[in-house]
Amino acid sequence: MEDDLTTASGIPVKPIHYPEDCSNLDYDSHIGIPGEYPFTRGIRAEMYRARLWTMRQYSGYSTPEESNKRFHYLLNQGQTGLSIAFDLPTQTGYDSDHSISLGEVGKVGVPIDTLDDMETLLRDIPLEKVTTSMTINATAPVLLALYLSVAKKQGIPLDQVRGTIQNDILKEYIARGTYIYPPKHSMRLVTDIFTFCAEQVPNWNTISISGYHMREAGATAIQELAFTFSNAIEYVKAALKAGLDVDQFANRLSFFFVASTDLFEEIAKYRAARRIWADIMKTKFKAKNPKSMMLRFHTQTAGVTLTAQQIDNNVIRTTIQALAAVLGGTQSLHVNSKDEALSLPSEASAELSLRTQQILAHESGIINTVDPLAGSYYVEHLTNQLYEKTKILIDEVEDLGGAISGIENGFQALQIHESAYTLQKAIEAEDQIIVGVNKYQKPELEPAKITPVESSAAKSQMTKLSKIKASRDNAKVEASLLKLKSVASSDDNTIEPIMECVQAYATVGEISDVLRSVFGEHQETVII
Amino acid sequence: MTTSERPIKVLIAKPGLDGHDRGAKIIVRALRDSGMEVVYTGIRQSPQTIVQTAIQEDVEAIGLSILSGAHIELFTKIAELLSSNNMVGILLFAGGIIPESDHQELKRLGVKSVFGPGSKTSDIVNEIKSYVLKQRLG
Repeated sequence: MEDDLTTASGIPVKPIHYPEDCSNLDYDSHIGIPGEYPFTRGIRAEMYRARLWTMRQYSGYSTPEESNKRFHYLLNQGQTGLSIAFDLPTQTGYDSDHSISLGEVGKVGVPIDTLDDMETLLRDIPLEKVTTSMTINATAPVLLALYLSVAKKQGIPLDQVRGTIQNDILKEYIARGTYIYPPKHSMRLVTDIFTFCAEQVPNWNTISISGYHMREAGATAIQELAFTFSNAIEYVKAALKAGLDVDQFANRLSFFFVASTDLFEEIAKYRAARRIWADIMKTKFKAKNPKSMMLRFHTQTAGVTLTAQQIDNNVIRTTIQALAAVLGGTQSLHVNSKDEALSLPSEASAELSLRTQQILAHESGIINTVDPLAGSYYVEHLTNQLYEKTKILIDEVEDLGGAISGIENGFQALQIHESAYTLQKAIEAEDQIIVGVNKYQKPELEPAKITPVESSAAKSQMTKLSKIKASRDNAKVEASLLKLKSVASSDDNTIEPIMECVQAYATVGEISDVLRSVFGEHQETVII
Repeated sequence: MTTSERPIKVLIAKPGLDGHDRGAKIIVRALRDSGMEVVYTGIRQSPQTIVQTAIQEDVEAIGLSILSGAHIELFTKIAELLSSNNMVGILLFAGGIIPESDHQELKRLGVKSVFGPGSKTSDIVNEIKSYVLKQRLG
């Protein structure tokens, strides 16, 4: 039995690891000094001794007013950055009053229809001080334009605005599903953002290339890394093709990974990820600036590991996961709340998540030395195993013609589904124990308390939208949308025209419809 | 084939805008592995398309997976459409992130079972089998 023990992604684990498990590793070229190539030990020499990770809890729900209140609350509790969750209509380019938005307005995030909503959402938040991350992909150009327009209105120069947009459309076709346009056109919007920001918003992270959602959909740690980097390679290629120089945009690429519960594999995953990215940028893309080779990443604890049963157990799970992220050298972190297998987090449970981070930062002592697990025979061996196995899978995707070809053939989605199904069977066979679910179950005494989003929120959002539509200068809206249509049909950059549209109070749905009319819509290929 | 031998035909769908399809795909696979015939719609389907597909494919059960919190509105719409199309006797079941406080309302709308996180696929298979076979004899 013991001979068969593996990590969650199937890497064999021995009872004891010895120096010979690392005998193929060279300290300087494979591990190195923190802050130097290949950055295995971390991207900064001093890591958390110089600066803690950014505590960035993802939030947004109901209405822009309510979400603004939650942001102020979180900032007052010591959170150091914002992370905005948008509802599904906003993410998929539909207005709150569209028939397909039925039941979705304000549910998984905040609804944004026009600039008026964005102004409300960011009211009294000092955008020159707070960094903001926005989980937005297909409509990223529109939401970025809205954010920048609010900053402009607040009188903040764009080169002082800091934050991140997810803008990682490729993983939306593989998992998560908030795509609108076909991949080719989506890639053009991604590079339009790269180019626009390189010129005008130099401190903005133009993309957060995400393994998180693919892992949540069932990927193993190896698949998470490999498919993320395959997507990253496509983005870099697209930017180079659009005429950018690699060192001009690569330092603004950021990443987003999950922290799951297999502690050592997760720590090794982050270490391997830094080494792989440094490798890819230096060897494949010939970057010269070390900043272009540095993998900076955000981490979120694993939503799928939260159980609806005995929800207090989730606090323990997320603590282990957050520990993995910090020991792995994350730049920012979101800790999930214990009630999220049931509903949106309550204010109390969101606060507990922030406290989890604060206890790790200020009480555990793990921040006092950089990469404390370096040199562990097990961790170095695992790091190298993840490095090797990930590279093999990246090459496999490259052999298929790259990530976009893979997406068109359903390759990644099918691999992820296979992993998800294998795990499900293992759980049902009780080969994989989930405490409170397939072992140590007990009847729940009373249903856990949850926080419903009031359905009046959708109504108030629609009333506001119709008021805006009635009071704005509709001729100006029409003109700006027409201009966008002509730019989208050409090869010119779409971001400036989108800025004009949002400043005329055109809606997210109207802007997306213009782009739909030019680019068409993506149709999912399902292979199970 | 006798009444009980003909494969059970099930529609699995994802209504609304939610793209989280891990659970839906696992159910599709588990039902197929148990010998059922399964039609899967993919993500982002309107209630109209789902009911239309159910009619065309002549299914005996419909499972809807919703993780976005839009379940009450979407099931209300689907229940309306099923009833206006005289689709009685079809097993309607739900999966996803659905708080217990909404289970009663879903039952009222005709949803027979709600399978939340941690549900066993074998329980879902058994539930469908026992319901549909009873309906066939019925």
